[in-house]
Amino acid sequence: MLEVQNLEVCYGAIKAVKKVDLLIQQGELVALLGANGAGKSTTLLSIAGALKSSRGSIQFEGEDITALSPEQVVRKGIAMVPETRDVFADLTVRENLRLGAFIHRGDTEGFSRDLNRIHSLFPILQTRASQPAGTLSGGEQQMLVIARALMSRPRLLLLDEPSLGLAPTLVEQIFELIRKLQQTGLTILLVEQNASIALSMADRAYVLALGVVATTGNAADIAASSDLRAIYLGT
Amino acid sequence: MIAVFVQFIVDALTLGSLYALMALGLVIVYGILRLVNFAYGELIMVAGYSLYLLNGSPLPWLVMAAMAIIMAVLTGIATEYVAFRPVRERSVTAVLITSFAFSTLLQNAALLFISPRSRPVPLPELFSKTVQFADVIIPVRNLLTIGCTVVLLALFALILRRTVLGIALRAAASQFRMARMLGVPANLIISTAFAISGLFAGVVSLFWLGRIGSVVPSIGLEPLLVAFIATVIGGMRSLPGAVFGGYALALIDTSFNYLLPQDLLAFRDAFTFSIVIFILLWRPEGMIAGPVSGKRT
Repeated sequence: MLEVQNLEVCYGAIKAVKKVDLLIQQGELVALLGANGAGKSTTLLSIAGALKSSRGSIQFEGEDITALSPEQVVRKGIAMVPETRDVFADLTVRENLRLGAFIHRGDTEGFSRDLNRIHSLFPILQTRASQPAGTLSGGEQQMLVIARALMSRPRLLLLDEPSLGLAPTLVEQIFELIRKLQQTGLTILLVEQNASIALSMADRAYVLALGVVATTGNAADIAASSDLRAIYLGT
Repeated sequence: MIAVFVQFIVDALTLGSLYALMALGLVIVYGILRLVNFAYGELIMVAGYSLYLLNGSPLPWLVMAAMAIIMAVLTGIATEYVAFRPVRERSVTAVLITSFAFSTLLQNAALLFISPRSRPVPLPELFSKTVQFADVIIPVRNLLTIGCTVVLLALFALILRRTVLGIALRAAASQFRMARMLGVPANLIISTAFAISGLFAGVVSLFWLGRIGSVVPSIGLEPLLVAFIATVIGGMRSLPGAVFGGYALALIDTSFNYLLPQDLLAFRDAFTFSIVIFILLWRPEGMIAGPVSGKRT
């Protein structure tokens, strides 16, 4: 479904991603692991079109999306949940969700159907509907950002560190939700610092180190391999 | 005494309405691009010369005014295409220079093709009428300025709250990249911001020139400066802040107009700017902070 080949992304003179290859099949949950600065977020952002690669190619459902702008990529069916969350703080929860459905803005019937679905997945967002998103707690904001991404009806969801900075019970809830989404057949590429949870859920995993793929394989095999911690800590 | 007070309030509100619209036109672009459009004053100039060129045509004044506003909107969009879009993603300095260059280009075009001397603009008869209220004489133009501004601000607020494009504009002002990742096209948002900026400049132009009755190539300098100071007072990144800053600056200006003795009136701006400096020392971010900042694109 998604094929990233030989990806290289630079910030000025610094190569954050040197050579990354990824292959994701329809319906898979793939984890992308690695130490801080390994290039995980950069990889996700360049798939989403927000960063331009200096080399390599990104194919989605057989189509080359390497050079597309972010607004074009989301129309192809890829939604992004960034690490920085980026809720629109001064917009209400409902307005955030409405913007999530921007590419389907003519379809009001579909919007209310999607909104009902979102409200059954995240009842708290219905309670908070007319509150500014900036007044939400960290966990609620994370749910809002995932919900907002789902409003674009994606076939591939890019999740960047959804558990970052959340209390353990909330982390549990978020992962429960990701599991639910996976069961609906949504393909997910998950970047996560909490490697053990990520590996327990994922079908396969890639481990990045200093901008290159260091290890790849079934999640269970990677979890069992002894050098995981070493790679993960970047040593 | 009451008469003077009513006069003062009307004067401050009239000037404030113009300042607020000017500031809003500047902030709508700044909020999204984090760049000041230095060719903003020329939008007012373009609307003014459009009125001048239409002078003597058999069209009713309202049609001429509408055409002048449309010219300002088109010039606003042209600014984006000529000065911003080609260099927007490269460097901030480049955009500063191109927007200055576009401003100079427009001014010099007016100098070359029209005249360095001031040119009269057609004004409706209503503008020179007055109404008497108790024993206060108020120009109808002032009441029209306030009325138009209130309607325009209300309409603008409604669009920002109720339409998807309005919500997208507000979203882009805080997290532009995220808005793009949700499918909001960057170019559409930026062009819309410039068009709205032009609309406000066009409306301001009608009333601003209505006070003077004529247009010169350098007419845009003062509005640009006023808008800039008002946004600095109100908060560079907040739309309500821009409106607030506009009215606050007008209140300060008008107060000095009334309070200063005749021989100090020439130095009014020095007094005004001293107050502005104190406001900035007190609240460096401006009176109303904008939305939580995202990164510049």
